[in-house]
Amino acid sequence: MMRYKMTRKLRENLIGYSFIGIWIIGFGVFMLYPFLTSMIYSMSNVRILGTGIELNFVWLENFRVIFQREEGFAFVEALVSFLRELVFQVPIIIVFSVMIAVLLNQPIKGRGIFRSIFFLPVVISSGPVINELVSQGAGGASFMESYSYIRIIQDTLNPNLAGPIVAIFSEIIIIFWFSGVQILIFLSGLQKIDRQIYEAARIDGAGAWESFWKITLPSLSSLIFVNIIYTIVLLATFSENAVIVSIKSNMFNINTGYGVASAMAWVYFAVVMGIVALTALAFRPKRWRGER
Amino acid sequence: MAMPMKRVFTKRRRAAIKKALFGSELSRSPLAKVAIYVLLVSISFFYLYPMIYMVSNSLKSQADIINPVVNWIPTQWYFGNYRRAFGVLNYFPSLGSGLLITLLPALIQTAVTSVIGYGFAKYDFKFKKAWFVLVLMTFVIPAQVYMIPRYVMFFEFGLLESPLAIILPVLVGQGVNSAIFILIFYQFFRMIPVSINEAAEIDGAGPYYIFFRIAVPLAVPAFITSFLFSLVWYWNETYIASLFLGAGYPNLQLRLANFVSEYTAIYASEELTLINEGVRLAATLLIILPMLIVYFSIQRWFVEGVERTGVTGE
Repeated sequence: MMRYKMTRKLRENLIGYSFIGIWIIGFGVFMLYPFLTSMIYSMSNVRILGTGIELNFVWLENFRVIFQREEGFAFVEALVSFLRELVFQVPIIIVFSVMIAVLLNQPIKGRGIFRSIFFLPVVISSGPVINELVSQGAGGASFMESYSYIRIIQDTLNPNLAGPIVAIFSEIIIIFWFSGVQILIFLSGLQKIDRQIYEAARIDGAGAWESFWKITLPSLSSLIFVNIIYTIVLLATFSENAVIVSIKSNMFNINTGYGVASAMAWVYFAVVMGIVALTALAFRPKRWRGER
Repeated sequence: MAMPMKRVFTKRRRAAIKKALFGSELSRSPLAKVAIYVLLVSISFFYLYPMIYMVSNSLKSQADIINPVVNWIPTQWYFGNYRRAFGVLNYFPSLGSGLLITLLPALIQTAVTSVIGYGFAKYDFKFKKAWFVLVLMTFVIPAQVYMIPRYVMFFEFGLLESPLAIILPVLVGQGVNSAIFILIFYQFFRMIPVSINEAAEIDGAGPYYIFFRIAVPLAVPAFITSFLFSLVWYWNETYIASLFLGAGYPNLQLRLANFVSEYTAIYASEELTLINEGVRLAATLLIILPMLIVYFSIQRWFVEGVERTGVTGE
């Protein structure tokens, strides 16, 4: 009996690994190895010669360069403005997608049409496309200017605060465009909520407003967490993101090269992972909190 | 006695007014419904504004663009922008090379991640949780941190500027957003009852036979959704393409990114054909056109796929 159990377990292990084995190989070759190599690069002077790659170990020199040279300043500036934008954009996207999902969850006609409108940007938004739209004023800049909202903001707020807000408003539509997937995720979450809970609440005298805060929002809490992480990753990996552009351009810059570019990538990695960890701590679903 | 009667009366009247405005408890009032429609339509307009702006301006001639009186509708349908954008983008050859690095990775990605997702869903093996966490980590980590050594690696093997640089990682489950597809298949295969597997095993079917003959046919929706999302994400992917393929293998997206310089190179001598927003927006529309066609012909699969595959499941 015992032997049978052992072999069965072994068999399950073997079959399981035969299914995911291909991923493990890929992970080793295209993730783990480059990840570790990148760590070495970030502390080396890397040059590609005709004969091969030349590495000179320089310890933390590359990281110092980031805070000393012009190219580094540009990177740090891009990173700071990315963070500032993230702080504004993530809440905007999450609130907007909850709002749209709640509206779409009402018993209305033409729901399918509205749903496909709000998902449309996911299909078309690539880096160059978004870039063109924003630079041609289609991202909302011309829309906002024609109603002189921007002037009002600039006149009433102090410049430090007005700057980021104007930047957000001039591409507000594009920011909304990043919420297609999140809307669908919230919508499917809403559809799982039992209608009877709302009816019970109504009988107890709760209005629509109270039901939203007391029933809808709490039942979406774990999806809000998922969507916040998704949005952060989406914005952090968007190919026209200034930080990413900066890292890429430094790869081929004679003054910096692969070494400094790798160091920048590691700084970016640390920042993004830090943000993800912080949000995970702040917004993790309740049932996780219970476990610890 | 009069006081309570009055109170009951006003209460009832207030309820009646409330009912007229907001509807009774179960059926919504017409007013609330109208409000929802108005809200949705206006947000939709706002949301689609870039698209409308793009279509409108790409059909304007230079004169119309400058003319402040012409707002949404051009004085005449002008297709010159499209003709020139079409030429500069080198449309059909770029579309062809773009499709090769879009369709092929999407197909491979769907097939490979389904196998991986099945393994995670149906078998209990050692370190399964750890591997699964690593799968999810690959989604969160910024690609920059491993892309530079990957670039050097491809350089050493002479794979730069070859579609293989895009396809090889997909073959081993490390493509664009592979983790999401593994998750989709994991969730989907978990919904298939274990008893089906057990019954097949008792009948003498091997694990691979069960996968191909029972699990795969049941998971058609997950396959379609994954394929479509792969397709869209690979179509819109430019970071890897520009890094690994660069100028040697330009697809449409990369041509759009370099549109201004390529345009001026071709039309530098002719002053009449100065680059303007009309041409640039026409080019942008041409780039998104193939995906728009795909989306509008089978949009049901995109939108419902997210729910049907249970990505959002517990």
